[in-house]
Amino acid sequence: MCLAIPSKIVEIRDQMSVIDVDGVRREASLMLIEDARIGDYVIVHAGFAIQKIDATEALESLKLLRQAAALMNPAD
Amino acid sequence: MTVNGKPAYSRKELAAAFAARIRDAVRRPMRLMEVCGTHTVSIFRNGIRTLLPPEIALLSGPGCPVCVTAQQEIDAFIALARIEKVTVATFGDLMRVPGTLSTLRSEKADGRDIRMVYSALDALNIAAHNPDRRVVFIGVGFETTAPTIAASIVMAADRGINNFSVLAAHKLVPPVLAALMESGGVQIDGFLLPGHVSVIIGAQAYLPFVQQYGIPCVIAGFEAEDILNAILKLARQVANGGARLENAYKRVVSFEGNPRALALMHTVFEPVDAPWRGIGTIAASGLKIRKDFSRFDARKVFALDVPETGEPPGCACGDVLMGRKTPPQCALYKRICTPANPVGPCMVSSEGSCAAYYRYHGD
Ligand code: SF4
Repeated sequence: MCLAIPSKIVEIRDQMSVIDVDGVRREASLMLIEDARIGDYVIVHAGFAIQKIDATEALESLKLLRQAAALMNPAD
Repeated sequence: MTVNGKPAYSRKELAAAFAARIRDAVRRPMRLMEVCGTHTVSIFRNGIRTLLPPEIALLSGPGCPVCVTAQQEIDAFIALARIEKVTVATFGDLMRVPGTLSTLRSEKADGRDIRMVYSALDALNIAAHNPDRRVVFIGVGFETTAPTIAASIVMAADRGINNFSVLAAHKLVPPVLAALMESGGVQIDGFLLPGHVSVIIGAQAYLPFVQQYGIPCVIAGFEAEDILNAILKLARQVANGGARLENAYKRVVSFEGNPRALALMHTVFEPVDAPWRGIGTIAASGLKIRKDFSRFDARKVFALDVPETGEPPGCACGDVLMGRKTPPQCALYKRICTPANPVGPCMVSSEGSCAAYYRYHGD
């Protein structure tokens, strides 16, 4: 039941936040992470943010992984 | 093909590139286990099995939370729902899992108050809004879910919501991996370790396991490329006689895990021996609520005493979870057991190996 796509924090009230994942908004508790801010990207599990991630870095590393694969066997 | 002047590759081409590398790396037949149910689904959905050379067999492991929940535990959930003034709150995928005589779904149809929730906090809110009900949340899942449930118990204590309790039936990943290695008849050459369990416990949590059993382990993300990359790393380790832990999901998983979540989990829970579906009891592989929080422990609050029962006759879920059998090797698969009419939890959960085979294998 793991949701792999990072969600973006768009609102914070106390320990609760509103998160946006691909345009869908829902609530997520921030109790399990430190120093969450609006605009941060988080991994959410069962209504709780469980990890903050650097979205640019995450995208970059996925891109690198894909590039590495492309270099292994150029398609054209 | 170019995009903005740069070469671009379709994901299919990328997957083919990974597959070619994996073929190059393979020297001998190997059996790799993906521990996590979400990996199982991603592997089927992305057709990864069809990309791999015939030497690599992928086995689904004990990482589908619903699948490993023992029948006795399901019976306990049902017994709770039958107690007066009790409202049972649960994650939806438990509803259809057969207990010895009933399911939560049929109990609900019979008028018991059973609610499907998305989070432990939803259950806590139901308790806060219904002071005349005794709301019990069913805590299943692994280290990813356990801290969320610990958080709900701490909040209940802080807010004085005393009509809330949890029936804890959590399971822990490192102990079941060790049990797998100790059990006879299981041949595994490498493990694809779960992504989000590892977010909580950190890569470090597997080091004792890897050291003790000397087996290649790679933590993997959920994208097709993540999984192929992890399989490539495993194949290379197997070829070179490696026995290392590699983290191939560094963009999300750190070495030390999530200290805050771990601290909360340890504040509320302590390890306990736990029953696993078709596998039996594994030492210190579950979590029980500590004494300090016993007023939120449904086992204590309701003095539950549920007799031990066997698994449904003929269901091979235990062997499937241990990588000893594939679903088609179960005599009931497809003939009697289908997603519409499941005999065991491995066919109920969308992450169960039997359900995934049924859905993606065609005939
Ligand atoms: S096919 Fe059905 S009966 Fe057989 S192992 Fe899977 S869940 Fe159990």
